[in-house]
Amino acid sequence: MLNRRTWGERTFDGSNALFMVLLSILTLYPFLYVAFASLSDPASLMQHRGLLLMPEGFSLDAYKAVFDNPMIPAGYRNTLFYVTAGTAINLFMTSLGAYVLSRKGLYFRNAMMFFIVLTMFFQGGLIPTYLLVSSLGMIDTPWAMLLPGAISTWNLIIMRTSFQAVPVSLEESARIDGANDWTILFRVIIPLSLPVIAVMILFYGVGHWNAWFGAMLYLRDRELYPLQLVLREILITNSTDNMTTGASSLDKIPIGETIKYATIIVATIPILLLYPFLQKYFVKGVMIGAIKE
Amino acid sequence: MAMMEEKLARAGRARTKDSLLRRMGRDLRRNRVIYLMALPVLLYYGVFEYGPMYGLQIAFKDYSLGDGILGSPWVGFKHFQEFFESFYFWRLIRNTLLLSLYDLLFGFPAAIGLALLLNELRVQWFKRTIQTVTYLPHFISIVVVVGMMVDFLARDGVVNQLLMLFGMPETAYMREPDWFRFLYVASGIWKEVGWGSIIYLAALAAIDPTLYEAAKVDGAGRWKQALHITIPGIMPTVIILLILKMGTMMTVGSEKILLMYTPLTFETADVISTFVYRKGILESNYSYTAAVGLFNAVIAFTLLVVSNSLSKRLTDTKLW
Repeated sequence: MLNRRTWGERTFDGSNALFMVLLSILTLYPFLYVAFASLSDPASLMQHRGLLLMPEGFSLDAYKAVFDNPMIPAGYRNTLFYVTAGTAINLFMTSLGAYVLSRKGLYFRNAMMFFIVLTMFFQGGLIPTYLLVSSLGMIDTPWAMLLPGAISTWNLIIMRTSFQAVPVSLEESARIDGANDWTILFRVIIPLSLPVIAVMILFYGVGHWNAWFGAMLYLRDRELYPLQLVLREILITNSTDNMTTGASSLDKIPIGETIKYATIIVATIPILLLYPFLQKYFVKGVMIGAIKE
Repeated sequence: MAMMEEKLARAGRARTKDSLLRRMGRDLRRNRVIYLMALPVLLYYGVFEYGPMYGLQIAFKDYSLGDGILGSPWVGFKHFQEFFESFYFWRLIRNTLLLSLYDLLFGFPAAIGLALLLNELRVQWFKRTIQTVTYLPHFISIVVVVGMMVDFLARDGVVNQLLMLFGMPETAYMREPDWFRFLYVASGIWKEVGWGSIIYLAALAAIDPTLYEAAKVDGAGRWKQALHITIPGIMPTVIILLILKMGTMMTVGSEKILLMYTPLTFETADVISTFVYRKGILESNYSYTAAVGLFNAVIAFTLLVVSNSLSKRLTDTKLW
């Protein structure tokens, strides 16, 4: 049956669609502006006023400067290490916790659950955490980026819910075949929970990729800086000077601007490229995490 | 016959005599692999979650690195008192509450509004495209987002260039205390509104379609359907998220504020958690800021409990 739409409904649908288009432009345009500006000729960009609908002139000098700055490739390497090692630790620890908490009839399960969930509502806070990490001797070591936060309680609960959905009969038949709990977890439960594992990899991975606060707290050694901390220096504390030493002082200011834009692009590209492929997992993650009554 | 009865009785006695301790012991033996697996997890929670809670006692001590947590002398509520009497106290409370209140008033409904509007879109590819676009900024790092704000909102930035066309005066927005709250909330909406809408879209998708059919038969238009079916349908989700939000009122995004603020905007931007970072980490006032942090956490926890019990009483929806 076709619903005939009233005049009011059509006006609403029209303005709704228009609003959505405007919202999308508002969301996307800042990235487009940055992309156009990063490819612009620095001097012409300085002259230009207002919005950019394409690059002003064309120059790749800014990108050259970005890759010539040793901090950026080093930051990339460090970030890649923190993302892979950190996510691996997260995944291992979270699966263990989720498996233990999904076992029915375990004597200490409720006590453990309470012990764990309590930390969602009350925490020691920044200063005691900092003093703890420092007293463990983890300042200025990669461990400070990997161990605190090895488990996110929220993710642990999501994973437990998913593990509980695996049919018990599969475990029982594995047990009859002589499997112990390690085998059941890694050979039966995890292969059957791949969607939630994918979601966990993405959530933890993106978290590590975007993390900067922990690095700022615990790392003094610039050799260990992740990309985000390098970005902060370039974009916010405004220190492109050491990147433009080659340029004459007159050219410094304009190219300093385009370097910022190029840096943003370089730092955002991996997420932008992966995003279309990952989106469905992200959405699924929120759905799994959604509170059920 | 008698022997069997005796056997049964003995077994019964054995069962009751089986102490809790022994049953636990048997469980430990039977599930030893599981307990072995629990070990690293419990160790993590013990060290990294409960360790800092143990360390919180320095809020009641004069902590010095040399004496350690246990060795430092107790001083009672000295640090709390000092904080309550300090010049910063009301400024920090005001900024913390105002920033989260504005976020609650504008940021929270924005995601619901977007979900409702997305839900009214009938053309599926269009709806999916808009969703993809609006989710995107969630994945961009906060450093990059604030970096773009610093650049766009500078005195000679693109925002000023545009607004000057309309005769607005040139303003260095990121350096103006009056603009801070607006920029904080608006950029938060820009970054998270799409992502925040996902959970409501899930709730909307779960509404029984026959309700809409029935309403149509009764002659309800789309406005009436939204009012009487859609909105009540997502209400439990809204309330749960609202309670959770109340619990985080006191911990407004300190990471973002640390990136956004400058000494020029401390007046409106400095919140309890950024103050703790500055005085604690940068100036090493550990005990004092641990006390400030504890005060903050206690208020946050109270807010959570109060909003949960209010919601339980008023709407029957609760977190626990």
